[in-house]
Amino acid sequence: MSMPSNFKLVENFDLYAPKLTDREEYFCPGHRACQGCGEALAVRLMCKALGKDTVVTNATGCMEIVGSLYPTTAWKVPWIHVAFPNAAAVASGVEAGLKALRRQGKIADRDVKSVGIGGDGATMDIGIQALSGAMERGHDMLYVCFDNEAYMNTGIQRSSATPFGASTTTAPAGKVSIGNKTWKKNLPEIMVAHNLAYVATASHGYPLDFMNKVKKARSLKGPSYIHCFTVCPTGWRSASEITMKLARLATETGIFPLYEVENGKYRMTVEPRTPLRPVEDYLKLQGRFRHLPPDQIKVIQDRVNMEYRKLLNKVEHSKSWSEM
Amino acid sequence: MSKRIGIEVAVAAAEAAALCRFDVAAVYPITPQSHVAEHLSNIVADGRIDAEFITVESEHSAMSAAMGASATGARVVTATSSQGLMYMHEVLPIASAMRLPIVMAIANRAVSGPLNILNDHSDIMPQRDSGWISLFAENGQEVVDMMIQAFKIAEHRDVQLPVNVNIDGFQLTHMVEPLEMPDQKEVDKFLPPYKPYATLHPDKPVSMGTFAMNDVYTEVMKAKDAALVNSKEVILAVWKEWEKRFGRAYEPIEGYRVKGAEILMLTMGSMGETAAVAIDELRKKGIPAGLLKMKLWRPFPFDELKKAVKGAKTLIVTDRAVSFGGPGGPVAGEVRSALYDQPTRPAIINEIIGLGGRDMMVEHFMEIVMKAAKAGRKKRKEAYEFYGVREA
Repeated sequence: MSMPSNFKLVENFDLYAPKLTDREEYFCPGHRACQGCGEALAVRLMCKALGKDTVVTNATGCMEIVGSLYPTTAWKVPWIHVAFPNAAAVASGVEAGLKALRRQGKIADRDVKSVGIGGDGATMDIGIQALSGAMERGHDMLYVCFDNEAYMNTGIQRSSATPFGASTTTAPAGKVSIGNKTWKKNLPEIMVAHNLAYVATASHGYPLDFMNKVKKARSLKGPSYIHCFTVCPTGWRSASEITMKLARLATETGIFPLYEVENGKYRMTVEPRTPLRPVEDYLKLQGRFRHLPPDQIKVIQDRVNMEYRKLLNKVEHSKSWSEM
Repeated sequence: MSKRIGIEVAVAAAEAAALCRFDVAAVYPITPQSHVAEHLSNIVADGRIDAEFITVESEHSAMSAAMGASATGARVVTATSSQGLMYMHEVLPIASAMRLPIVMAIANRAVSGPLNILNDHSDIMPQRDSGWISLFAENGQEVVDMMIQAFKIAEHRDVQLPVNVNIDGFQLTHMVEPLEMPDQKEVDKFLPPYKPYATLHPDKPVSMGTFAMNDVYTEVMKAKDAALVNSKEVILAVWKEWEKRFGRAYEPIEGYRVKGAEILMLTMGSMGETAAVAIDELRKKGIPAGLLKMKLWRPFPFDELKKAVKGAKTLIVTDRAVSFGGPGGPVAGEVRSALYDQPTRPAIINEIIGLGGRDMMVEHFMEIVMKAAKAGRKKRKEAYEFYGVREA
């Protein structure tokens, strides 16, 4: 199998990856994700970072469908799927069950992490109540949202994660519409407002950064949340071989910055070169943005600049908080 | 030794769950179930048993968290009512399909709209086909007994199904009743620790709740139906054992003064006690009336029903819910269907009673029976009647 030419997009990957990652696969080959699926890659990386002492609760969605067609399974860690809106609630029950049984000596006295996962629809829309409840209650669990910016499993319908200007099957670009008219909901910020021990954004375009964040979240007691950006060639109408490149571009343009918030303090974990690359470099590679005229691209550029500045301000301000 | 005490029934339901040493309770408060939720949290807060209480943010999450906890091998209890049960609806058939032996107390209450907090059975009836074992308690003692029996039935290896115990809201949940609270040692002997078939643990990883298409879905449904049908044998055995250990007998359909009864009335839940008083009064008047109290709703007790109605000329089925635009009440619909193939069967009258907390007094039940006695086998024009409805 030949590696795509953009494999080297990840600096020093050849050097570090074998040393820093588990060789064991917990989300195994043979699942039926699309070619170039960023989410399947991200899930695989997450599992490697979590290791075997993990129970995964999966919301209904692509990963559940492609990874578990009865009687097969791609999951080597214990895994449960119940429904679309309740992965966080089920995962909170898993945590409570394991905690009670461990305390009573009914299961091995070992730290097993409960991890809830879901797509942007399952997490940010239909499941936001269950997520908010589980996070607020302080369960010792991690929730990872794999955000590919629309309901991809049901056929590319818009979600509250869909970016402004993207054409989806329920927010289509048309004669009098530029497609999705709203700006992406900032769920990581909503999670920060829950006073979690740890909140981070991540991307499969930066695998080591993502895995380090998963490891950190796993090691901390209490609820933590990671919002992982995942490229969907099928839904974004992008070439499957540029999945990694698109993920890198999302960060390099400032559209999806990578940062972490530990006990309320913001820190950039990947500092893109400045000035940031123009958003057009990212948008033009995707069919979902193809219809956008230059004036709309400028609207997006202005918004990205503002949001990025706001984030840098938070990082800057956070520094002074530690002195308080 | 069991202790005879006076206790609010909702509190008694929580106490019964504590006697079963639940590991996890995930409950969202709703009137008239709230005292169950509160008392379960008290039991955990006082450290009376070593358990986790999850203060979920909704009933949907209550059942979801219950499923997650149950899947780890924990013994799990929850409770709800009315809108809460409707909100749970999505996940109920998943709990039974995944064979998670969760026990749920339901403080039965009318379903909105209009909003109404009082008792009827319109919350549980839409859950009829979710694949749960469904028990109906008549009084506080039955609530305590059934809550404990429910764990034993649910966790039996041949069953592995969730069980709901239906407790009429207010009429039963909020009554302070004299009852015998079983002793912890006796309950421990009756109910051994839960031995799950498979659990979510890395020592033996499994995938639960996998995606299944048309090649196996039918088989899964057949298996679930068979599990429900076959659970009756276990339920009967558990009730036999209960009678031996605790001296109180349970039957899927309990008869009251059925000997020589030409007119039978069938009730579910707490109204059985009022109806029984009515039967006594009717017998005094020389009317050959008897009462059937259905305790087991799912699996449906076909054989017991057929046997119970043998010889009766009229069967009055009371319903506390409406199947709108359908056969009247859901219970009558099922009873008619169950008796259709019988060579001889009683005339069936369906009375929809006690909706949204509408009081049913002894004289009301008497009126219903006397009207039926007068009509004899003459067929009614309507398949069902909203008893006592005021019409302009």
